[in-house]
Amino acid sequence: MKILVCISNVPDTTAKINFTADNKSFDKNGVQYVINPWDEYALTRAIELKEAKGGTVTVLNVGEADTEPNIRKALAIGADDAIRVNAYPKDSFFVAQQIAAIAKENSYDIILMGKESIDYNGFQVHNMVGELLGIPSVTPAFKLDLLDDTTARLEREIEGGKEIVEVKLPFVASAQQPMSEPRIPNMRGIMTARTKPLKVVEPVGAEAKTSIAAYSKPEKKGGVKMIDPENAGELITLLRNEAKVL
Amino acid sequence: MAYEPAGAPDYFDIDELLTDEHKLIRQTMRDFVKREISPYIEQWAQEAHFPSEIVKKFGEVGAFGPTIPAEYGGGGLDYISYGIIMQEIERGDSGMRSTASVQGSLVMYPIYKYGSEEQRNKYLPKLASGEWLGCFGLTEPDFGSNPGGMVTNIKDMGDHYLLNGAKMWISNSPECQVAVVWAKNEEGRIKGLIVERGMEGFSTPEIHNKWSLRASTTGELVFDNVKVPKENLLPNIDGLKGPLGCLDSARYGISWGAIGAAIDCYQSALKYSLERIQFDKPIGAFQLTQKKLAEMLTEITKAQLLAWRLGTLMNEGKATTQQISMAKRNNVDMALHIAREARQIHGGMGITGEYPIMRHMMNLESVITYEGTHDIHLLITGADITGIQAFK
Ligand SMILES: Cc1cc2nc3c(=O)[nH]c(=O)nc-3n(C[C@H](O)[C@H](O)[C@H](O)COP(=O)(O)OP(=O)(O)OC[C@H]3O[C@@H](n4cnc5c(N)ncnc54)[C@H](O)[C@@H]3O)c2cc1C
Repeated sequence: MKILVCISNVPDTTAKINFTADNKSFDKNGVQYVINPWDEYALTRAIELKEAKGGTVTVLNVGEADTEPNIRKALAIGADDAIRVNAYPKDSFFVAQQIAAIAKENSYDIILMGKESIDYNGFQVHNMVGELLGIPSVTPAFKLDLLDDTTARLEREIEGGKEIVEVKLPFVASAQQPMSEPRIPNMRGIMTARTKPLKVVEPVGAEAKTSIAAYSKPEKKGGVKMIDPENAGELITLLRNEAKVL
Repeated sequence: MAYEPAGAPDYFDIDELLTDEHKLIRQTMRDFVKREISPYIEQWAQEAHFPSEIVKKFGEVGAFGPTIPAEYGGGGLDYISYGIIMQEIERGDSGMRSTASVQGSLVMYPIYKYGSEEQRNKYLPKLASGEWLGCFGLTEPDFGSNPGGMVTNIKDMGDHYLLNGAKMWISNSPECQVAVVWAKNEEGRIKGLIVERGMEGFSTPEIHNKWSLRASTTGELVFDNVKVPKENLLPNIDGLKGPLGCLDSARYGISWGAIGAAIDCYQSALKYSLERIQFDKPIGAFQLTQKKLAEMLTEITKAQLLAWRLGTLMNEGKATTQQISMAKRNNVDMALHIAREARQIHGGMGITGEYPIMRHMMNLESVITYEGTHDIHLLITGADITGIQAFK
């Protein structure tokens, strides 16, 4: 069983988000990067499947050299080897093409990733990869089991319930909780990750389909006005004249 | 703009002196403490409960003996990594850090350093994984700062040693499976022995009613004609330098650990000072509060630099006992002062279990006493600079 897990490098959920002066790019200054939390569900499930059935887990990241600490972390958690496509992940289609190119070369049985990255929330790469490879894409799944060597059963959330899907290998799936309980690496793993292979490859000549015109932050929330319960009338006046919602 | 570091204060960019691996280790331990210790520690401390299940969890994450080579179950990491692990655990609680320090530096270290190959293979993997908990018996009821005066003793009985005596204030003792015990032989030389639970005449009564390190278990070791097999003697060490060598390694870890407790107090005080309004202003706007906070950050920064430099000397095998003494003494004292100042900033709230301050403060009273008291470490520096020992 060969499993490919795609991970992206995203700002920590508590990071303060700022943009550069021209508002065209994200200001990385002082920002700590983590493995995209949804990808961690995919990674841990892949490692669990490997532990149960044997095989290998490869992690793939499309990113520049500064993503390597998080790739090492994935290796420390238990992936066997890693590939970094040396390119800034310009947009979903660009990333999907890189993943598809690597997948074509190596023929994986399962390709897993998080349902979306928590920075741009595109929710697209998994379906694009499935399409580019001509294989099924099940997304977003919160449960993944192998029935035998050729078939998997996944459960995905649908409006008001769940859908149970059976699919033949190979396939693409995206993960959300509670597919697995994300693991903390251990010191042993961190030490062995030092020598696990991390291959850096150049991107295929794919074009991004979009470009960023500008970023902007949401309007600052206004202050809260406190009104005495005795003065309910004032609230109505303010809602009518100031907030103009009545 | 306010100085807002992501995880912990790093005013002098000491992170630039760390490798990516060090930072991954720090994040890992931070996540571990957040998951396994912080949610429960107030309750454990309030109830004076030692969470025995933490031993296995420390083993799994690799907090026991991280510098011991991997072939014996250790982490094979450097001393900066070890320091970082201690810092992050002690950010959670000094008692939890004590459990890990004793296991790594005072039990695994002497077995690795002074033990035979058979002893290493028999004990180290089980101690590293947390299957076994160990303790270190040096202090006696009548011999604390003066361990060389110990009366616990062994007699050579031909096919075994007969061990008699008692040890006091022993971390982990009530729950230990193995104890590294220091005792005098018939010639009055200090020897190290591995005593196992179940040996006849060996008991470990618990010490109750501590106001400090309440989540760590402390007890006595009582030896009443215990027959210790000869192969349990640590063959490669003789004299007081045996236990003192272990203490060097543990004290080094404490010099990092104390920074963790200090950071937790400082961060809590800073946050509280910006939220608590008195006289229509956050108390952080008053000069006296700012003085406290500014001095805390200054002292933490100095301690971080001291610990980092000591770590590099440890890695090169060049750190001296005297340097380690200075760092342990300075950093623990720094943390205790910060805990006391942080408690003031929290006002009445600072005495409750809603905030970690009082727990850290009470814990640090043990930390400033064990592994050499504050004053004894000062006298070690004094002896080093004058050439005159003032404590004998
Ligand atoms: C919670 C806890 C856990 C512990 N865990 C362990 C453990 O796992 N293993 C272990 O072996 N020990 C352990 N200890 C024991 C600890 O190391 C001793 O308490 C410490 O060495 C001090 O010894 P003492 O308590 O007998 O104090 P004393 O030595 O009696 O000292 C009392 C005071 O006198 C001062 N003093 C003593 N001699 C001199 C001198 N010559 N000059 C100036 N001042 C002096 C000291 O600085 C101190 O202020 C632990 C202690 C505590 C509190």
